[in-house]
Order: sequence, then structure tokens, then C-alpha cells
Amino acid sequence: MAWFTRSKPTRQPAAEEERRVRTEGLWTKCDHCRQIIWRKALEDNLQVCPKCDFHFKIDAVTRLRLLLDDGRWEEYDSDLVSTDPLEFVDQRPYKERLAAMQQATSLKDAVIAASGRLQSRPVQICVLELKFIGGSMGAVLGEKITRAIERSLARREPLIIVSASGGARMQEGAVSLMQMAKVSAALMRLDQARVPFISVLTDPTTGGVTASFAMLGDLNIAEPGALIGFAGPRVIEQTIRQKLPEGFQRAEFLLQHGFLDAVVRRHDMKPFIARALDFFCGPVH
Amino acid sequence: MDKVTAPAPEPGEAWQRVQLARHPKRPHALDYIQRLFTPFEELHGDRCFGDDPAIVAGMGFFEGMPVAVVGQQKGRDTKQKLYRNFGMPKPEGYRKALRVMKLAAKFGRPVVTLLDTPGAYPGVDAEERGQAEAIARNLREMAALPVPIVTVCIGEGGSGGALGIGVGNRVYMLENAIYSVISPESCAAIIWRDAGKAELAAAALRLTAQDLLRLGLIDGIIAEPPGGAHNDPDGAAELLRVTLRQALSELAGLESEELIEQRYLKFRQMGNFFAETAGGSA
Repeated sequence: MAWFTRSKPTRQPAAEEERRVRTEGLWTKCDHCRQIIWRKALEDNLQVCPKCDFHFKIDAVTRLRLLLDDGRWEEYDSDLVSTDPLEFVDQRPYKERLAAMQQATSLKDAVIAASGRLQSRPVQICVLELKFIGGSMGAVLGEKITRAIERSLARREPLIIVSASGGARMQEGAVSLMQMAKVSAALMRLDQARVPFISVLTDPTTGGVTASFAMLGDLNIAEPGALIGFAGPRVIEQTIRQKLPEGFQRAEFLLQHGFLDAVVRRHDMKPFIARALDFFCGPVH
Repeated sequence: MDKVTAPAPEPGEAWQRVQLARHPKRPHALDYIQRLFTPFEELHGDRCFGDDPAIVAGMGFFEGMPVAVVGQQKGRDTKQKLYRNFGMPKPEGYRKALRVMKLAAKFGRPVVTLLDTPGAYPGVDAEERGQAEAIARNLREMAALPVPIVTVCIGEGGSGGALGIGVGNRVYMLENAIYSVISPESCAAIIWRDAGKAELAAAALRLTAQDLLRLGLIDGIIAEPPGGAHNDPDGAAELLRVTLRQALSELAGLESEELIEQRYLKFRQMGNFFAETAGGSA
């Protein structure tokens, strides 16, 4: 049975080692369609899967580059840090956790507050950073956003907040909770002054962030597939003791139930916001 | 780096307060309403979807003065608890609350809100009808209400669910009430992956009335009868009456703009717990 005998000698492992092309890091798997995609293609496509249109999470800096002209902005209050009002200690003091986060992200807290131009129009913009303790809202985040609202009001420049957050920051207790009221009250002033506020909800936006500023935009828009809700899916599953249906609390679900103005693809986000601001404020001269 | 160790004055104290705040015999919103706002006519429904029994709202008369009352309501026995959904409001509850507050504003009547909830209801229907949107809208609209708002946390101040009717010109807590961003059980489940560590979490969260006063988040603490409000509901109501009378009369002298401004500035300064650092990580 010559069919089964090898006609060529087996390849030497050493030889194969030399011939192998290093592909590590060049490819990645889409979290949604499970297909292998070329990382470069993903980057060129704004971190959106070229095969299934799944929107990968992006960090705050990448978001700012995407939305602002020439990828340039001026940052505010970047040195504001929490002073740990509760002196919160669990397995590890909150102060240490903060320091480690600051080291890892080179941010001082979970938001970047900036001003820049969006298709030539000056805007105030805040982008939450999910990597920093889940984008959670404590005293610093509340204060930075409130100050951004005040700048927006003083200069009559439209406000954009891009949310990505698990909600209020547990480690700052009721202080975090009251930030919801503080920011919402500031938005009341912006609302009455008729300065536009566009809330962009990205994956995921839940808890105290959704239940305050993220739902208070003149327009509330979201990226496709973003998880948006008050209670997180795990908490709801524990309450009702059954699995949640596919697509529950996703952006499309909220659109269907009337809580979003639009679901906007990442590629269309900047032009969409620009058109909205043209509508609200008139074209830029 | 300065090492911080929690002072934790009395470790078990916070947990004891949690137990008192949830005591099965503790007076609920209607117990106070019946004693302080006579007569009282309940108003139902949000004009959109339905009526939420977890929030009671209505027209009351406090010592002859017309006052709108909004409170989160828990049940006493099992049947009542189910009817009141354990005091966990749904979006229609928050929308009813706002409707009644706006009604009060239209006719220049002050508003008293009573907080007592484990939290806003975390269920499928509540999400479908926009729980987050309902709470967010209340926070913004209450900030603009042109009449006095006096808020008292009478039991459990369960996070955003409580705050959703809690943006007042004056905010008080009963001596044994708690007010927190998360329940001690959930906090323990997240941090220690063990809900049994709730006692530790309760202390870490600084959720007692004394803690909130120290953090500058409330205006005052209302004493309770010895042993707690459940020992003497009438006495507890009378102690609440004194504070309400004083707060309402103080606020009665303010114009609409002053009320809105005072409320705004009060919340604006909450949580001044940050510092400017110059470069480098802290």
C-alpha cells in the first residue's frame, strides 16, 4: 500500500521554524462574527469589523481624534484627581487603585474634557474612558463635566458628551450619586439657554450615567450594538431569574422603544453631529 | 504616598443602621402622610402608561397649608409588599411624581418628597419603558421647579432610584435612615464576590445620616424616638413635623428664581473632593 508511505522524508522541525512567518498580532478575531480579521483592515475601518460591522470599543483619545478636526483639541482640568472622600478600603485601598489606574491609562480620572472644532464649528466635548475603573462617575468626573457645561454655556458652544460607563463610582459612595443631580442641574441651565447638547452613547452605558446626562441630550444617539440601560443585564437576570432575550438593551432595542433619536455608525458619527449642529445653530460662517 | 486606613468609628454601627432603616415595622411614607398631611387626596397615573403603586403622590394640607406630597411606598405584609413592588418604582412612578410636582408648581404649591426605596426596579418592563430616562428627566426638571422642595429620606435611600425624587432645596435624613449609591449586599457581591460581607460594605460605603452630613450632602438629621421610629410612629411623625414646618416657612419667603438658584448652588457644590495636581501620577 504505497499510497500511505511517505515518498518524501519528514520535514525537519528546525527547517519549518525558519520558514514560518511571524503573524502574531497581525490578526484578530471579531468578538461578534468570530471571523479572523486583519488588524490593519480593522484599524483602517475605525475599529469596525469589515465583515459584520461589529463596533469594537475604542478609547477616549481615539474617539477625540475621530470627531475633532485635524485630530486636535485643547484639554481642560486634566490634573483633577479624587481625594477619596470615603477613605474607601476593600481588599485594597481606593487610593492605591486610583494610582494604579492613573499609571496604566496616563489619565487622572475617567473622562477627557476638551474643546476643539467639529467640521470648523467650535465645540465643547467630554469623552468617558471605560478603561478607567469602568468609566465610572465620581466627584472628578462630575466636576469636569459640570465645568464643561459651564464653558459651553459661557461661550455658547455646543456640548457633546460621549458616554461609556458602568455608572456611578461605588468607591465614592453617595458623593458619586449626587454627581447625577449636579450634572443634570447644570444641563437644565444649558437647556434653558438653548445651547445644543448631543449625547452619544457607546458600548456600554449603564447605571447612573444613563440615568443622568446620557439620556438628557437634545439628541440621544448611539453606536450600533451598544449596551444601554439603567440596570445591568446580570442584575436583571438575577431579579427575574431567567435569561434575557438576544438584543435586549442594545441600541437598536432602545431605538425601537423610543429612547434614541438615531443609531449612527461610527463612520457617519461626525457628519451626523455636524448636520445636527447646522440644524440647531445654522451653518458655520 | 500617604497610606490611608479607614477610621471606622464603630464597625457594626453602619450595619445596625441598615437594619433599622429596613425594619419591618418602620413607618413608611403613607404612615407619615396620614399623620402630617390631613386631609390627603392621592392622585394616580402618569398620563402615559399607568399608575405605579411604589410611588404615592397627592394633594395634602400640612397645618392648613396646601402641599404636594410624593413618596416611595413599601408594603407591610406580603400582599402589600408585592402590590408596592417592595417600594421599587418603575418609570411610570417617576413620571407620575414629576407630573404631580409640575402640577404643584403650576399652582404655586410647595413639594415634600419622602425617600424610601431599595432602588429603582431593575426589570425588563422598566428598561423597556426607559427607567434611566425617567430618572434623568426628573433630576433635570426638579432642578428647574419654581416652588420649594423639601426632601426627607425616611428609610432606605437606594441610589438613583431614591434620588429620582430627591432634588430638594432642603434634604434631610431621619436618624436611622441610610442613603447610598449601591446596596451593601450588591457592593459586597462586587468587591468580595460574597453578599455575606454586606456588613463590611455598609461601613465602607459611609451611608449613615451622620456620614452624609459630614460629607456635606444633606442639610440635617431628624431625630427619631428612642430605639428607632418603629417604636413610636406618632413620635417620629411629630419630630418630622417640626423640621418640615421650619423648612417650609423658611423657603416660603423666597421667589421662584431664588429657589431655583439656591437649589442649583446646593447641588453644584456637592462632592468637592478633588485636587489639582501638577503632572505625574498621584
